[in-house]
Amino acid sequence: MTRLLKSRELVLSGAILALILLVESRFRGFAAPGNLAAVFNDTSVLIILALGQMAVILTKCIDLSVAANLALTGMVVATLNAAMPGLPVGLLILLAIGLGLVLGAFNGLLVWLLDIPPIVVTLGTLTIYRGLVFVVSGGEWINSFEMSASFTALPRATLLGLPVLSWVAIAVIALAWLLIRLTPLGRAFYATGGNPHAAVYTGIDVGRTRFMAFVLSGGLAGLCGYLWVSRYAVAYTDVALGFELDVVAACVIGGISIAGGVGSVGGAVLGALFLGVIKNALPVAGISPFWQLAISGAAIIIAVAFNARAERRPGRVILKRKEATA
Amino acid sequence: MSTRPGLDIGTRPRHLPDRLTGRVARALRSWELLLLLVGIAIFAANSMASPYFLSAWNLSDATFNFTEKAMIAFAMALLIISGEIDLSVAGIIALASTTMGFALQYGAGTPMLVLIGLGTGLLCGALNGTLVTRMGLPSIVVTIGTMSLFRGISYIVLGDQAFSGYPVGFAVFGQGYVAWVITVELAIFAALALIFGVLLHATKFGRQVFVIGNNPTAAAFSGVRVARVKMILFLLTGLMAGLAAICLTSRLGSTRPSIAQGWELEIVTMVVLGGVSILGGAGSILGVVLAALVMGMVTFGLGLLNVPGIVMSIFIGALLIGVIAIPRLIALARRRAA
Repeated sequence: MTRLLKSRELVLSGAILALILLVESRFRGFAAPGNLAAVFNDTSVLIILALGQMAVILTKCIDLSVAANLALTGMVVATLNAAMPGLPVGLLILLAIGLGLVLGAFNGLLVWLLDIPPIVVTLGTLTIYRGLVFVVSGGEWINSFEMSASFTALPRATLLGLPVLSWVAIAVIALAWLLIRLTPLGRAFYATGGNPHAAVYTGIDVGRTRFMAFVLSGGLAGLCGYLWVSRYAVAYTDVALGFELDVVAACVIGGISIAGGVGSVGGAVLGALFLGVIKNALPVAGISPFWQLAISGAAIIIAVAFNARAERRPGRVILKRKEATA
Repeated sequence: MSTRPGLDIGTRPRHLPDRLTGRVARALRSWELLLLLVGIAIFAANSMASPYFLSAWNLSDATFNFTEKAMIAFAMALLIISGEIDLSVAGIIALASTTMGFALQYGAGTPMLVLIGLGTGLLCGALNGTLVTRMGLPSIVVTIGTMSLFRGISYIVLGDQAFSGYPVGFAVFGQGYVAWVITVELAIFAALALIFGVLLHATKFGRQVFVIGNNPTAAAFSGVRVARVKMILFLLTGLMAGLAAICLTSRLGSTRPSIAQGWELEIVTMVVLGGVSILGGAGSILGVVLAALVMGMVTFGLGLLNVPGIVMSIFIGALLIGVIAIPRLIALARRRAA
């Protein structure tokens, strides 16, 4: 029973439900299924990015370049679409994922081979990628009339009552769950972050595992690059500026420990949904959208304080660090 | 990848030199000398690339590119040497500038504005320090959180509005001159470089900062009050951010919530470029001073060549990764060759 109460997923689900009911009690219609589906759809990109970020954070790293990666891939595919409207959308999506993978791999290589702290690497690539968006676009906007109809229509097309964007998020959630729970790589993410020294002794290549996490995060950011640009039908230099903080916030709120090795797919999704519900409730409740930045910041601090408390559990050291034994 | 100290004992004769490397030899191979040479090269390249570069007044204007950031970089250098980091400094600038603007609406004069700016910085530093030292939270995440929180409060207060109409006397910090082309900000920068240099390299406190960065456990066991020292460093960083907010607000003459956006990155870059180890435990104030000059000249030179600001940020980002990556690449190549 206490274990159930302590379960992060349950607490978060309760908090989200309470939040929805609170808004519903003041403003009828917020909890209507159609509106909730819209909130989910609006949060899809955050969910996808949070799942990629989760893999990175599980391995004791952090990827602050996701939003810049998203902006760069989004701008590249939008530019290609504007220049060559004949290119099939499927090809552009593959290209976005591929470019995202490459950008993520660049982060991963610097962390893996040169052992540079991930926060420094991704702070650096954050500005480089964002600057490259300006170089690619020359500071120009690409507006909806320059994009082909099929390019912008896909995320909005409905399938079984839900937009394709939502279905993509659901598919990514399912795939992430499979990857994390059922594959050796998923286990390696936890092992690498939980105890890198023990991971080395069990035969896990810590550096390579981190590299894979960055590649995954980059690929998902690339996919979101297409989704974002086509959904809002506009691409410019400042697309998703500062969104990396929301992504990290979603993970931290979802109970993914920044110290690595602790977290679940459900937690990341719920953390993202929590932010998504707040974001969509603010305008309904008539609160200025300018509150959102401060609320995310406060949520990060409160969540990380909670996590620290939850992780402080009694335990014994059974494997000493190898530096200590030498 | 990982080395195993201890395993080599007995297998290889240990080489113990009779004396440590001489001062001159050490100075010749130091990071600071390399930075100095890079600085001179950039200075020469700039003067050749643009006829407007080599003018006393232009160079004086160019110092604004780094003075405010360097004030924070000095305190940040100490913080990073101690093994922590503060990514909320730009957020503190925004909040301090906003509280000053807010006080201005109620008729605060220049001395009051300065007190409020510094006080806000201290309070923000106290919040960061408390969360990190009292609650044992990782400083990277805490300050990512407070970064949004501080700037978020500015957005709540200001929205898309701006505060302006600062008193004439307030303009002295960002627009005043001490003598000839020496700006007030440049004088503050020089004074702080001296103060922080002495604090880090010639006091007990400075020694403690290095010890904590190298081994916090050993520091605690040798009687260093680790939490207290770190708390002081967070307060100091907050105070410097408050000071930078005063100078920047005074120079711009207005406050918007987007003020100093992205500065945390440039400040960390300045510190790392100055040879401070991002893992803590090593670094010097002289290095940070030289890095500030180099970065200021690069930005100014590129500006004279009409390179847009966002493209300059590519250079800054590449510089940040490059200065750490290049020595490691060389070490990697050497290990491969051996």
